[in-house]
Amino acid sequence: MIKRTVNFKIYRYDPDKDEKPYMQDISVQLEPSDKKLLDALVRLRAKDDSMSFRRSCREGVCGSDAMNINGKNGLACLTDVDALSQPITLRPLPGLPVIRDLIVDMTQFFKQYHSIKPYLVNNDPAPERERLQTPEDREELNGLYECILCACCSTSCPSFWWNPDKFVGPAGLLNAYRFLADTRDQDTNARLDDLEDPYRLFRCHSIMNCVDVCPKGLNPTRAIGKIKDMMVRRAV
Amino acid sequence: MNVAKRTFDAVIVGAGGAGLRAALQLSESGLKTAVLTKVFPTRSHTVAAQGGVAASLGNSTEDNWHWHMYDTVKGSDWLGDQDAIEFMCKKANEVVIELEHYGMPFDRTDNGKIYQRPFGGHSMNYGQAPVMRSCAAADRTGHAMLHALYQRNVRANTQFFVEWMALDLIRDGDGDVIGVTAMEMETGEVSIFHSKATIFATGGAGRIYHSSTNAFINTGDGLGMAARAGIPLEDMEFWQFHPTGVAGAGVLITEGVRGEGGILRNASGERFMERYAPNLKDLASRDIVSRAMTTEINEGRGCGPDKDHVLLDITHLSPENIMKRLPGIREISIQFAGVDPIKAPIPVVPTCHYQMGGIPTNYKGQVVVPHEGNPNSPVVGFYAAGECACTSVHGANRLGTNSLLDLLVFGKSAGETVVEDLQSGQLALKPLPANAADVSLARLARLESQTGGESVFEVGADMRRSMQRHAGVFRFDHLLKEGVQQIAEIAERVKRTEIADKSKVWNVARMEALELDNLIEVARATIVSAEARKESRGAHVRDDALDTAENPNGRDDANWLKHTLWYSEGDRLDYKPVNLKPLSDDVEPIALAKRTY
Repeated sequence: MIKRTVNFKIYRYDPDKDEKPYMQDISVQLEPSDKKLLDALVRLRAKDDSMSFRRSCREGVCGSDAMNINGKNGLACLTDVDALSQPITLRPLPGLPVIRDLIVDMTQFFKQYHSIKPYLVNNDPAPERERLQTPEDREELNGLYECILCACCSTSCPSFWWNPDKFVGPAGLLNAYRFLADTRDQDTNARLDDLEDPYRLFRCHSIMNCVDVCPKGLNPTRAIGKIKDMMVRRAV
Repeated sequence: MNVAKRTFDAVIVGAGGAGLRAALQLSESGLKTAVLTKVFPTRSHTVAAQGGVAASLGNSTEDNWHWHMYDTVKGSDWLGDQDAIEFMCKKANEVVIELEHYGMPFDRTDNGKIYQRPFGGHSMNYGQAPVMRSCAAADRTGHAMLHALYQRNVRANTQFFVEWMALDLIRDGDGDVIGVTAMEMETGEVSIFHSKATIFATGGAGRIYHSSTNAFINTGDGLGMAARAGIPLEDMEFWQFHPTGVAGAGVLITEGVRGEGGILRNASGERFMERYAPNLKDLASRDIVSRAMTTEINEGRGCGPDKDHVLLDITHLSPENIMKRLPGIREISIQFAGVDPIKAPIPVVPTCHYQMGGIPTNYKGQVVVPHEGNPNSPVVGFYAAGECACTSVHGANRLGTNSLLDLLVFGKSAGETVVEDLQSGQLALKPLPANAADVSLARLARLESQTGGESVFEVGADMRRSMQRHAGVFRFDHLLKEGVQQIAEIAERVKRTEIADKSKVWNVARMEALELDNLIEVARATIVSAEARKESRGAHVRDDALDTAENPNGRDDANWLKHTLWYSEGDRLDYKPVNLKPLSDDVEPIALAKRTY
């Protein structure tokens, strides 16, 4: 790859000095080694150190650099910059309050995650060794435990936009099913009771934006469907 | 600036594996605890660990902690303290089983036990053959572990201060640690966290190098804070270069790939590790493999048009096995190397990965410094665990999977020690000096008013390039000397960095400038300690330390079997003995020997 210039249109807002948000046109020359959108943003910061976004692992496992890229949520570190049409339009994740530039306030998102009791409940006395689990039972957790809490899914979900305080959202529900599906967990009934609510679970209308944007290729809609199945099976 | 004061029994800085494990001990004991973290806890760099955590569970092959201890001491090139190593290897099963009980989704054997895979430098029967000791959740062990630990802390109601950056350690007139200053990213406001006990779990500083597997946040904040407050840093010349970073990108490819059967090949397709480590081959310890790769490249047997990397080949493994055991590696390889490892080998180079040195601690997690003739005198109120600490279990070279074990064992141990010290009334809330926040406020004021300085980006880039050139896989006297000079010059430039962004709200520029203050302490410690050590040991290998009968592999035990202590003030060096005596009578000391694999 060669040196090339890319053009951006980026949402800017610093409450310390801006009366209101605006879109900034800015371009930057990339080095041959700059491949991902995050590389380009780091290059941009060398030019304008006020350009603010979160980042950490730069390999798609920490979930810091989620943003809205040309209209679709994704991770900057896993997005090939040369594959994007220009100007590359960057906005903060939709539906959450903006703190500054591409940095959103994720309080509501984590509140919903915490609301599903995201921890194993097993009230038996702890055995001396590991609790046994067959490889097949363990496989049930695949596609669930890999969630990185980046919020790409929940902030692309219209139901979450309308009711972020009442609807758990795809990330929280995927994690709820991660514990429902774990043969070591004993809290199934209480977990289902907690979700049996017109909003917490049933605001999901299978729009499937979550599946479309998940940078880890996970499927929250399927997990939500499985929770609904469990409720039905429990009722009969 | 108005400085708010908050008071706690204990303050933990950092919410990666070590910080979260320590926090559990404190939260479950009902002590008033604050966990400060620069990033949301599950964004901490433990999340990026891949291959596994060591424990001699013996689920698939026979194993015991004696063999694990032997491998760890040998891996450390005898620089590891044998009391701490015994403690860690003995505790391994307990902390891994605990984690399973917390809900960690380990892979399973056919009989339902925790899945274990072979890993570099881990052997059965004192070096005879590879052993299956690495407990794994596919190739996402760190992610699964960090989330399980965070989830357990949610259950324990741990109080987090998320996106708060700790700035400076507060010590009183007696030298006791009584808290930290910290800045809230969202508001830019500075607070004092006044506490009876302070635990550092701030992780490593791999970002002193240009090519690193480490996250952006790995800036050695705890080390910088400790060094500025007069605490020495131990064994900072020892940096692990992981054999398999993706060429060009630096992203980590786990050693678990070789544990599952992956093979390193040079340009002619030769499995070259057979020449360097006839017994463990590709699963020799990391320093050995990284040097072998570098030698292959330096001697013209590298791959690609520039002959600048080697290949990691798993094309002979079944696609099913790759999808099941190494799914994350496949993703990373496609994303960052443009290669599907099912079909073609992955281009890899040795890449800076882990800091063996750090803040000197004992196996209880207490920070220890030389004082009145005692080389290991505890600093009252100060504890550390995880990569930021030098306990020292890794000595001159860490074995893969021993870092996740380190953070579990010593995170827990530091937490337990703090609980004991608090409940026994040994630790009291000491009065806060009037000037407690002055150092931090002066650093911030300097940044506000600096003119005519250089950008953080430029100075940081020069530091990273200089460290890469002068303190890499192989070390040369003239380059080390030049490096000491260059880093000293760069350290002067760090004092005059200038930022354009002066906003109070989530100011990344200010954060990066403060991080560079920490990184440069680590860079200075590294280059000065490395230049001084005139032998080869573990990850520190000099071309002028020759392999002789008295000095096997260039290791000079008569003069250099000792820990380095670097003090920031005046770049002063001191040394202290290695503890060659185990903690208990359960095991004989592991006697010095030449390292071969």
